[in-house]
Amino acid sequence: MTHDRRTGGASTAPAIVVEGVEKIFNAGSADEVLAVEGINLAIQPGEFVSLIGPSGCGKSTLLRLVGDLLAPTRGTVSVFGKSAHQARLDQDYGMVFQHAGLFDWRRVAANIELPLELRGWSKADRTERSAQMLDLVKLPDFGRHYPRQLSGGMQQRVAIARALSFEPRLLLMDEPFGALDEMTREHMQLELLRIWRETGTTVVFVTHSISESAFLSNRVVVLSPRPGRIHSVVEVDLGDRDDDTREDPEYFAKETEIRETLRAVEDGA
Amino acid sequence: MARLRATLSGLGPALVVGLGGLALWEGVVRGFGIREFLLPRPSSIVGQLIDHWPILRHAGWETGSIAVSGLLAGIVAGVLLALVTTRFRTLDEGLTPLAVAVNATPIVALAPIFNAWFGITGTLSNQAVVTAVVFFPVFINTARGLTDVHPDEVELMRSYAAGEWTILREVRIPNALPFFANALRVVAPLSVIAAIVAEYFGGPQDRIGNVITSNAGFARYDVAWAAIAVASAVGLALFAAALFVERASMPWRLATGDGESLTTPGRE
Repeated sequence: MTHDRRTGGASTAPAIVVEGVEKIFNAGSADEVLAVEGINLAIQPGEFVSLIGPSGCGKSTLLRLVGDLLAPTRGTVSVFGKSAHQARLDQDYGMVFQHAGLFDWRRVAANIELPLELRGWSKADRTERSAQMLDLVKLPDFGRHYPRQLSGGMQQRVAIARALSFEPRLLLMDEPFGALDEMTREHMQLELLRIWRETGTTVVFVTHSISESAFLSNRVVVLSPRPGRIHSVVEVDLGDRDDDTREDPEYFAKETEIRETLRAVEDGA
Repeated sequence: MARLRATLSGLGPALVVGLGGLALWEGVVRGFGIREFLLPRPSSIVGQLIDHWPILRHAGWETGSIAVSGLLAGIVAGVLLALVTTRFRTLDEGLTPLAVAVNATPIVALAPIFNAWFGITGTLSNQAVVTAVVFFPVFINTARGLTDVHPDEVELMRSYAAGEWTILREVRIPNALPFFANALRVVAPLSVIAAIVAEYFGGPQDRIGNVITSNAGFARYDVAWAAIAVASAVGLALFAAALFVERASMPWRLATGDGESLTTPGRE
């Protein structure tokens, strides 16, 4: 694991390539739904890409296609040069949901260690890693707690620590901060950016928050209403972001650009 | 230690209400001159309990053994079938409606038939009634706990390339524990009821059910009441055992304050 993946230059192969992907749910039955179609997207290693669009536009579906939690009806998805299926079997990505999804019956440290356990790490290695991860998400003293003893924001930080514990090259996040209050969310966004900088992980981030997508991303992919297609891609370059960025005119300009794109999308333009 | 003290002090109000109720009962029966065969005084029931202790203790032990053995068999059958139906969906579609239909049958009504199947003199037919009564709530609740898993949790496990067996072990079974514990709280005392009702219809003659019927038949109602007191003590003991199993198997619920009260249902 090197830290210069992001600055690896143009010669690096893309982390994710989505080609001509279409997903139909319940194909052939009366409630057949065309969720997404004609999706072409390439994401570079170390990039932070947000997927945004009206609700039901298939952004979560697209994320799950990348993670091989759904299989495309048409087209191909490759992750780090192999099929998405192989990438899942190789556990190349970590996943974070809106619902923290910690297991009540495992202590916080044991939750973080779960993916390591499944990979057959030794107890000593697991303990060491979960301690590092708890430091990373600034919860060093909570390893022995049970998840339900933690606040929602703390639980979400544990979920992020769990997703990062095995140093995946890719992080798939499905509205991870959607259930948090505004203050906690802004704090978590900064934490995520810090972790992203420190680890050099590629991030695909589903959100319905315009400001969140503008603040976090290198690129914002705007999807049209169902069936979801890529309407446009907004490039964002805000450099190193901190709390002051939220009052930066450039940030407002990007937010406005994304908002206007979304309006155009809803109007069917 | 602090927990034990808390538990004991929690029993205080129940003890006061219980003793107060007995005192009221005693007073009402004496004050209104209610005849002994309608409602004996608590003091005469306690007297009979002492006088007939060897018989009652033996009957309580035997009936308790039937209840416990039938209970364990019903739990094992219910849990196994729940695991199998969760693992194989087609079986679920075939077996669950059947189990619902079987449950709609009042199981104790089958006691005389079980006597014909398993013999009227042995204990097997009584145990079979208990097992049949216990089986259904255990099966339905456990199956629900095994399937009522948050979809994100399953997707998360799949993202770790985990197979169905790993998901069963790491997610479904721990998720089902609170559901199973709720079933256990219901069926533990129910097993005693089922055993006694089954004994009304047959089986060896030295059990609680027979002690109640034979003494009631000779108008010795105070002895019958003493036998009922023994039966309720056995039922309470089994309920306490169910609570103990629940707490011992789910330390996270104690730590997070769930499962503290006697009436807490499963996960929200």
